[in-house]
Amino acid sequence: MKILAVDEKRCTGCRLCELVCSVRHEGAADPARARIQIVKWEEEGVYLPMACRQCEDAPCAAVCPVNAIGRDPELGRVTTDHDLCIGCRACVSACPFGVLGFHEDRGKTFRCDLCHGDPTCVKFCETRALRYEEGDRVVAGRRRAAAARFRQAVAE
Amino acid sequence: MALNRRIAYVDLSAGSVEVRDVPLELRRKYLGGRGMDAYLLYNHVEPGTDPLGPDNALVLSAGLLSGTPAPAGARCQISAKSPLTGLLGSANMGGFFGPELRYAGFDHIVIQGRAEKPVYLWVHNGSVEIRDADHLWGGDAVQTQTRLREELGDPDVKVACIGVAGENQVRFACVRTGIKNAAGRTGMGAVMGSKNLKAVAVRGTLPIRLADPEGALGYLEELVDYIQSSKYAEIMGKWGTLFIFDVTNSTGLIRTRNFQSNQMPHSEDLECEAMDRYTMGMAACFGCTMHCRHKYVLPEGRFRGQYGEGPEYTSQGAFGTEVGAASMLGVLEANQLVNLHGLDTLEVGSMIGWAMELHEKGLLPAELVGDLDLRWGNLDAVIRLIDDIAHRRGLGDVLAEGPKGAIERLGPETAYYNIHVKGMSNLHSDERPTPSLALNIATSTRGADHLRSRPAIDLYHLPPKVLERIYGKPGLSDDYRVYEGKPWMVVWQERLYALVDALGVCKFQSVFLSPNMPKAEEYARVLRLVTGLEFTPEELMEIGERVTTLERLFNLREGATRADDDLPERYFTEPTPEGLPAVRGKCIDRDRFEAMLDEYYDLHGWDREGRPTPETLARLGLDAEPTRLV
Repeated sequence: MKILAVDEKRCTGCRLCELVCSVRHEGAADPARARIQIVKWEEEGVYLPMACRQCEDAPCAAVCPVNAIGRDPELGRVTTDHDLCIGCRACVSACPFGVLGFHEDRGKTFRCDLCHGDPTCVKFCETRALRYEEGDRVVAGRRRAAAARFRQAVAE
Repeated sequence: MALNRRIAYVDLSAGSVEVRDVPLELRRKYLGGRGMDAYLLYNHVEPGTDPLGPDNALVLSAGLLSGTPAPAGARCQISAKSPLTGLLGSANMGGFFGPELRYAGFDHIVIQGRAEKPVYLWVHNGSVEIRDADHLWGGDAVQTQTRLREELGDPDVKVACIGVAGENQVRFACVRTGIKNAAGRTGMGAVMGSKNLKAVAVRGTLPIRLADPEGALGYLEELVDYIQSSKYAEIMGKWGTLFIFDVTNSTGLIRTRNFQSNQMPHSEDLECEAMDRYTMGMAACFGCTMHCRHKYVLPEGRFRGQYGEGPEYTSQGAFGTEVGAASMLGVLEANQLVNLHGLDTLEVGSMIGWAMELHEKGLLPAELVGDLDLRWGNLDAVIRLIDDIAHRRGLGDVLAEGPKGAIERLGPETAYYNIHVKGMSNLHSDERPTPSLALNIATSTRGADHLRSRPAIDLYHLPPKVLERIYGKPGLSDDYRVYEGKPWMVVWQERLYALVDALGVCKFQSVFLSPNMPKAEEYARVLRLVTGLEFTPEELMEIGERVTTLERLFNLREGATRADDDLPERYFTEPTPEGLPAVRGKCIDRDRFEAMLDEYYDLHGWDREGRPTPETLARLGLDAEPTRLV
């Protein structure tokens, strides 16, 4: 199963991901309604892209009073049935990562839908801080990098 | 949609704000950013206005593509009559301020008058408030932004502000945003200070609708791939502009010890790889895939433990070659201090380098020098002078007046040594071996400047066929040392850069340092997809011409003449002492320079005094200015 993987060390804070996400989903340059947003500690030069983590046991689904939130097993994503959604924002409150948005104009929530398996943000992320890849591959790179450091230390 | 952003007129004397729409006719003629700035300035600043008086207008304009996914759509322009030159003041700034201004519902803010007490503007989703800033006065240019974010309770607020240099009306104080971005040149920070305006804070959540979202995403993906496939993009992403030092110094195209040499020996500690010891990675401006800004924490020295960003090539020169020092740590410390104080790094370095040469030649009064040790390479003196300039103390107070004012204070015999055009210092570059670049700094609308018409790729010896493809004219020479054909290259670059500045995209992603970057063709397509406005590439280049010509009109109205389109005397009298054989022993030839200038005027449709002819004004639709359409 592929996931949207974030390597925050590679993020340059340009926010192009927010832009292209909002253009894709809203038809507008609209970072406030982007499904992915970069949280910044500007004074320290630290940037961290945040988007729905598509939880296996999703708190948003658990609190939904009308069972509008389900799982799409094929793409491994959490989905909202907007015909059922009553716009109560219980899911927005319950999300431990704060990555669900609420569209005031429409009275509905929004979240990352992985662009149905072809995330636009990933296509535009030049530094590859964002990748869309098999979940078990995501940490393999980090494991190898750590192993390389360990190997170096042992050699010294 | 992308064309519904408005214009706010703020009168700080009256405490009033008026919001108006921008007529589409003006968009079609000037786009936004620097284009609209030129229009608003020409229409709202009367000739003869005191740059530091209440009648001067400070104009902030986001580019028309700023805040959209156009490549590097990060930029905004800040303009006013310049307290440094008395002519056009105009400075371009990256970061995140311009886009946020548009999300807040505005493209332009025109600020006139003078507040009785320090104030800041709070611009938020269609409204502009004038707020008390007593508590912010005296704060540095980074701290002020942090405090405003805390005060307004939103970490995503973007701020353009001044440091103490702007408060003290240092004539080359800049406007700052983020950790290091600056509207650096022509003293726009001094104008803010003169208005008692400490900061403009913006935050917005209003969407910018795209004309063709799907088409835009498809084309922009292609365009980003094109930009990033360039070797130049890779180099910029790794070294930032620091790499330019290695190129120009090894050739002998750099200015060192003010203007005494064109190459610096033993300068390894200024070369881009010296930054490896300090960098912790790269940061980008809004929407930019190139990420040319270093992030660093100073590991030692005066500012140990402080976080900073940059430095640029300009600071390598300002606090390296100009002052005869070769220490990356020194560059970073000075960079840190100018950013906190809100000073134009380039102007500071040039003024200090000039002071050092004057001292060497015995032209500085001893009582002004005091206990300062102004020997070449003394970074302690450099740091102290930066502080003294910002606080207007002693010699620093004299230098704070900029080239024209300081020459007036120190005497006419000092003028020869100051490397300025129209009262603005030149980059630490040496244009004596490169006629095209010399013409560029002589004719730029804001004084000696490398960002308004520099045909930098003239240095690359590109084959004439390639030059023809870029510049649209056959027979251009591939030799940067000749005078023939260069005026056209300068005119072409002038139009492209004015266009790029009006669009609010970054010059680094146009034909500036690489021939393989977007031009009017690509921007015409982006504009159509994003805004729905249809232009041919030729029409866009004509907008660039219109903007430059209107800026020219502003300067002429303030009394500028052909004599202002000149080079510092030393360019004609002192041959370059160092460098590769191709650049050594070179001067600018006066007669050939004047011939280039004639041709440059002819290409514009200006008379031999540099005044646009009535036919030219009619062709560009400028014959009725000022029209005060908004």
